[in-house]
Amino acid sequence: MTTQAYPTTWRRPPQIIKNHHWRLALQVGILVYLVLAVSTVDVNWARVYEGLERGQRFIMGFLQPDFTSRWKDISQGLVESLTMTLTSTVVGVLISIPIGIGAARNLTPRWIYYFCRAIIATSRALQEIIIAIFFVAMFGFGPFAGFITLSFATIGFIAKLLADDIEEIDAAQAESIRSTGASWWQLVNYAVQPQVMPRLIGLSLYRLDINFRESAVIGIVGAGGIGATLNTAIDRYEYDSAGAILLIVIAIVMVAEYSSSYLRKFLQ
Amino acid sequence: MTEISHYSQVWSHRSPRGRLMLWVGWLALVALFVWCWKLMTADTIWFFVADAPKQAADIGSRMIPPRWSYLPELMQPLWDTINIATLGTIGGVIMAVPVAFMAARNTTPSATILRPLALFIIVASRSINSLIWALLLVAIIGPGLLAGIVAIALRSIGFVGKLLYEAIEETDVTQIEAIEATGASSAQVLNYGIVPQIMPAFWGITVFRWDINIRESTILGLVGAGGIGLKLQASLNTLAWSQVTVILLLILATVVLSEWVSARIRHAIL
Repeated sequence: MTTQAYPTTWRRPPQIIKNHHWRLALQVGILVYLVLAVSTVDVNWARVYEGLERGQRFIMGFLQPDFTSRWKDISQGLVESLTMTLTSTVVGVLISIPIGIGAARNLTPRWIYYFCRAIIATSRALQEIIIAIFFVAMFGFGPFAGFITLSFATIGFIAKLLADDIEEIDAAQAESIRSTGASWWQLVNYAVQPQVMPRLIGLSLYRLDINFRESAVIGIVGAGGIGATLNTAIDRYEYDSAGAILLIVIAIVMVAEYSSSYLRKFLQ
Repeated sequence: MTEISHYSQVWSHRSPRGRLMLWVGWLALVALFVWCWKLMTADTIWFFVADAPKQAADIGSRMIPPRWSYLPELMQPLWDTINIATLGTIGGVIMAVPVAFMAARNTTPSATILRPLALFIIVASRSINSLIWALLLVAIIGPGLLAGIVAIALRSIGFVGKLLYEAIEETDVTQIEAIEATGASSAQVLNYGIVPQIMPAFWGITVFRWDINIRESTILGLVGAGGIGLKLQASLNTLAWSQVTVILLLILATVVLSEWVSARIRHAIL
């Protein structure tokens, strides 16, 4: 009687790319790319060493933030950021609603659909910072340019998600409203609006949150808000003030995130 | 015979109290908006606003035609931008994996100390934009690619960590129990029970973040962190709008291409 030879080891089969050669080629390719990429990074170690002291000061600034000496600038930046956030979200959402309805395939004729989708695509393709650069050049420095930037960016976000949502509504309800002889406006008001409203409110709150985060950044290119204050603080090497600003931003973002998720749960 | 009266009642969508609440809510929102608008536009110079269409037309006329001869100069910064995004993603993912395992309820070594710490790291990384990270890092380690890479990496931790820890929490318990039943050590449970289950999600998240990072790394140069943004900044400073057009078109093409690549890869994996 011969003993059956059982395998004593087991290897996990490859999971993504089954072919051995392709796997090898891919691994070598990635390795070559990494070597090339890392070699382009030219690090000035003396500068890094010099900067370590600044890094330390920055961390100290974070631990002992200075809210008082620049409070006037900080509060002004905060007011600009917060007012910019709210006004741009409201205006952005108001503009997004007609565009979102226009971009829903089941409600509008084809040419309006393409027109609205084109607006959405433009707004989504450009980053807030790049839009801000243009609007600062057009409207001058200050929160008004930031307001226009954020409103424009809001359109792409809200209108797209709203349009996708309208396209997915329950057709039976729309059908039943239509069968009563309702006009297009009545259809939108009684069949579409109740179905998408909770989600629209949720999205608006989410966008409020995003707009505040962005308002902390676009100030760097001159569009007003707390970002401008932060930029100045870092340029002046006032890391304790910069730490204070960042802590405020983190705190507001966290409050916004928790309260908006709470509100969304409450509304749905 | 009495008349059945309730048929004659008019149907309305909401109760009177509901309508009142709705009106109060809307009124509050409008009042808040007006107040914020007043505060925001207190320092606005309306002449500049009225002048904006003229300015826009002026910029538009300067942007066209694009100066295509500028394109070869942009290849090196573009390559740098892609490297910032890729190396930054790799760095971010390497840092995010332990954070995700610490944050997931079913794999965390200590739910009282390490889990809140990991969640804090995730929130802090997410609430600071990569441009602000870059601003700080340029001040600390000097302008250049390294600042951009580190900024992208620090920013990616939160995103990758959050999505990955949610994926870990959603793993199938029965498979892990089956591995445990063979007498596997905890390292073996991790390796054979959890890792294979989260692998597709892991690659999906990584590629998705890489795509976002390409987008974000194109503008890091505005604060001095290397890449194509540096050229954008230089062109804006010299008001060379015809070069700005070329740069923006190149950025747009890169972003669209990276989105396509990422969608293809994610489609193949998931």
